[in-house]
Amino acid sequence: MSRNRLESHTGATLDFTFNGKAYQGIVGDTLASALLANGVDVVGRSFKYARPRGIFGHGAEEPNAIIQLGAGAATIPNLKATQVELYQGLEASSVNGWPSVDFDVMGIIGAFGRLMPPGFYYKTFMYPKKLWMTYEHFIRKAAGLGATPVEADPDSYDKLNQHCDVLVVGAGPAGLVAAREAARTGARVIIADEQSEFGGSLLASKQTIDGRIATDWIASLVAELAAYKNVQLLPRSTVFGYYDHNFLTILERRTDHLALSAPSGTRQRIHRVRAAQVVLATGAFERPLVFAHNDIPGVMLASSVSTYVNRYGVAPGNKLVVFTTNDNAYQTALDWHQTGRQVVAVVDSRTNPSGEIVDAVKALGIEVLVGHGLIEARGKKRVKAALVAPINESGTQVVGAVRYLDSDLIACSGGWSPAIHLSSHTGAKPVWDPNIVGFRPGASKQQERSAGACRGTFDLAGCLAEGASAGAEAAKLSGRGDGGLQFPGFSVEEYSEQPQQALFLVPHTQSTSRAPSQFVDFQLDVSASGIELAVREGFESVEHVKRYTALGFGTDQGKLGNINGMAILANALDQSIAETGTTIFRPSYTPTTFGAIAGRDVNHLFDPERYTAMHRWHQQQGAEFEDVGQWKRPWYFPQSGESLQKAVNREGLAVRNSVGILDASTLGKIDIQGPDAAEFITRMYTNSYLKLAPGKCRYGVMLKEDGMIFDDGVCACLADNHYLMFTTTGGAAGVLAWLELWQQTEWPELQVYFTSVTDHWTTATVTGPNARKVIAKVCNDIELSNEAFGFMDWRDGTVAGVKARIFRISFTGELSYEVNVPAHYGRHIWEALIAAGEEFNITPYGTETMHVLRAEKGFIIVGQDTDGSMTPADMNMDWVVGKNKAFSFIGKRSLQRSDTVRENRKQLVGLKTLKGSDVLPEGAQVVFDAKQKIPMSMQGHVTSSYYSASLGHSIALAVVKGGHSRLGQVVYCPLADGRSIAAEIVSSVFYDPKGERQHV
Amino acid sequence: MLLIHCPHCREHREEEEFSYGGEAHIVRPLEPEALSDEEWGDYLFFRTNSRGIHHEMWYHAVGCRRYFNATRNTVTYEILETYKTGTQPTITGASA
Repeated sequence: MSRNRLESHTGATLDFTFNGKAYQGIVGDTLASALLANGVDVVGRSFKYARPRGIFGHGAEEPNAIIQLGAGAATIPNLKATQVELYQGLEASSVNGWPSVDFDVMGIIGAFGRLMPPGFYYKTFMYPKKLWMTYEHFIRKAAGLGATPVEADPDSYDKLNQHCDVLVVGAGPAGLVAAREAARTGARVIIADEQSEFGGSLLASKQTIDGRIATDWIASLVAELAAYKNVQLLPRSTVFGYYDHNFLTILERRTDHLALSAPSGTRQRIHRVRAAQVVLATGAFERPLVFAHNDIPGVMLASSVSTYVNRYGVAPGNKLVVFTTNDNAYQTALDWHQTGRQVVAVVDSRTNPSGEIVDAVKALGIEVLVGHGLIEARGKKRVKAALVAPINESGTQVVGAVRYLDSDLIACSGGWSPAIHLSSHTGAKPVWDPNIVGFRPGASKQQERSAGACRGTFDLAGCLAEGASAGAEAAKLSGRGDGGLQFPGFSVEEYSEQPQQALFLVPHTQSTSRAPSQFVDFQLDVSASGIELAVREGFESVEHVKRYTALGFGTDQGKLGNINGMAILANALDQSIAETGTTIFRPSYTPTTFGAIAGRDVNHLFDPERYTAMHRWHQQQGAEFEDVGQWKRPWYFPQSGESLQKAVNREGLAVRNSVGILDASTLGKIDIQGPDAAEFITRMYTNSYLKLAPGKCRYGVMLKEDGMIFDDGVCACLADNHYLMFTTTGGAAGVLAWLELWQQTEWPELQVYFTSVTDHWTTATVTGPNARKVIAKVCNDIELSNEAFGFMDWRDGTVAGVKARIFRISFTGELSYEVNVPAHYGRHIWEALIAAGEEFNITPYGTETMHVLRAEKGFIIVGQDTDGSMTPADMNMDWVVGKNKAFSFIGKRSLQRSDTVRENRKQLVGLKTLKGSDVLPEGAQVVFDAKQKIPMSMQGHVTSSYYSASLGHSIALAVVKGGHSRLGQVVYCPLADGRSIAAEIVSSVFYDPKGERQHV
Repeated sequence: MLLIHCPHCREHREEEEFSYGGEAHIVRPLEPEALSDEEWGDYLFFRTNSRGIHHEMWYHAVGCRRYFNATRNTVTYEILETYKTGTQPTITGASA
């Protein structure tokens, strides 16, 4: 039997280790309760001063017992020991306290605590700036924030989308009865609670409800709920975010109580719940009191002491002093007394406490010191004594002699703070209520209501009554039931409570700045004097003080310290807490694993991949792939050991000298039909399609209404009132939405219909001087001569036995045929064309060669050579703008704006490096004078740059201010390595400037 | 995440099915060339940026592929109504 385990509490034993030492706990323990049972006092070190710290709470509020679970790929950092369920073989270690919690380097810094005021890091480690990373590395290592695993997570995670009528958050007394009232109406109910068992505060309570012990009453209520088919019970499930339109997220821990890594199935899953109505029954956190050295191990929350005694059978000490401002904490004295261990005294700050429970404690012969404060704890790694003294009625001054109480455990209670986090997520502004000495949830912004302690109702009868009403009301508003109650009343035995005192900072015989540290936020060592110092330094806003002092920055996110901090701030500013206000809580309520957030969307499921019909052929040929949007496109086809550049040189020369083949299936394709199709298309493109006859194609540029190039491509007239529009690969969805926008919202009178057919067609582009000969071998029902089937024509025909459309359009400047067949025939056609081209050494090429070939021709790629600020004139493409179109096409008016006609706009030009082997980096800046001082006057930038094997030198496209009138000038591209490459401004068309080769 | 009622599908669907289309009820001038640069600039670039009631276009991109309008409170994100293109909102800044 562990030394602090009560004999009445038994169960199967579980072995575990903490910081390398072996211990035993029992089934039902948390790691925290098991450590306390074993008498482990120091569980970590504080962030800044490295002070020894012990377990302080029993749930999500725990600031000190932050641990690392396990090792290796599945290790989990920064868990609260109070929320880790014990399992056989559990291994845990402190995150703070390198190299050990009992002695560490930062402990030395602790002795110099006064030299590290708030803002210490900002003030001290500011200069020199470049050393900050070094400082930060050291500080983090010494302070410790847990270690993230460096291997891939071995576990799997899931996401689940759910709808419900009523979501009940929290399964304490209020939540449970709310769920029952909602369930009986037939409403679909989800009730979630972060703990392993339902019951909330009642799990550690000895109260009776309707004549039954609380735990029995819970068990039968939970069984009743489980019997409903319309109720889903989610224990070990934290509702961690409340978002717009009643969308809430729940993290369900399915296997964390069994092992570090899931023995089977998914470890955790996130329920994404759209709830018609929400009942928040999230309870309250007890507030510590801020007294000197209140951080020594052995100081705990009163309710936590009671919880360890009543629920876990652990008495974490021997000689208890209770320090309270309210009646509630007297219960801890009663609970402790029952263990047979000593209650040294109850110290009550109030002058005249008169509640029933006060009398009950006195009746046991326990000393009650009224009008007293516990002003300081003494001890190093464990409380040894409590210093108490009479204080004045308002709790601001010590007014009598200090007395030492021999003690090893201090249970403190400054009242209760409603857990208003989720209502705060919705934007509801918390309201300070002096009656409960806490913030209540603000007026609802969404379909939610709070019930019980999270609403500031702390008595059990009140919680039950509110919970029942909230459940019935929520069900009714979701369309179920009439709002009436099945169980309107409960008979509960409890002491009636007298008002508490609003006390936060406990006075000391010395002033706050001189007294031993009085901690407000334990994890980050924020003390009362630190907050007062921040005010003296001029900080007034609670949000600023929070950031300056780091109040509420720890993993507990201020669940313990925030209210005390704000109260101390308010006092220092000489204003009320209501005036000071509170900081805003945001998701997540407690830390959520990235694994659960990612769910199944990892590795190959991270993003969908789109493949063309020839994808496997490309793979078999050893193609390297490039991502273009979600498409996987062949980048280049290396032959044994070829580099990218060598492969591209070979592929490019093959196209220029014989024939190449490209998988162009990914180009966006939109089928456009309707009597007004031509008119509509003409309004969208810069040029006209009104006279485009069936069998003809035309290249067009699409502008946004601001006159800037948005997409480009070829549009073919398939038949009267029937067109096929090609878009860029990446622009397909955007162009379709753009067409729909104008037709639906501006010109609904135009009869025209759009269908995406990108995936329906496969495109194989056969290009090069021998292209015609290749096509002739597989197609005998189309007259292929240049006279019968010219450039920018298209024909219906049969290719290798498959009905096909062939387009004579060219992105290489060579004779080209783009063969389109229904996608399922893609691979057949591809292989037929490869076979037909064998005698010409037909060469498959990828996107890199495609880019080089088009750049040699000065053909732009929208999104690479343009960036949303380029007009057709900027791109030297005035020829594509129809000047005489009747309708003012999209973007036309903007081409006359003063800014678009200005002279020194960036304009597309070619750049030829003076040394042909120099290839400019894409994105390089262009300057006119390489010797000028930094910052240089930047005149443009390189948009595309390659080595051209056909030309035997590098080529580049660039946009340069006033570039069109600068042909022949030499410009410079300064590089990061200090070199500067000189280049001549030339025409953007490097190859076949007359464009004869595509017309043969 | 918003829950949006598509007036064409007549269902509430998740926000991820939709894309935002900007302020609604902005009519393209019939004769753009007749406008001054300033007037054209107003049409192109200037929006009301309302605090509170705002009428805006949404596109049911992976649903029916229809544009429609929504009246949304830009402070609370509450969507007060959705209505088809070409019709007028019943809730306006004046009525709310």
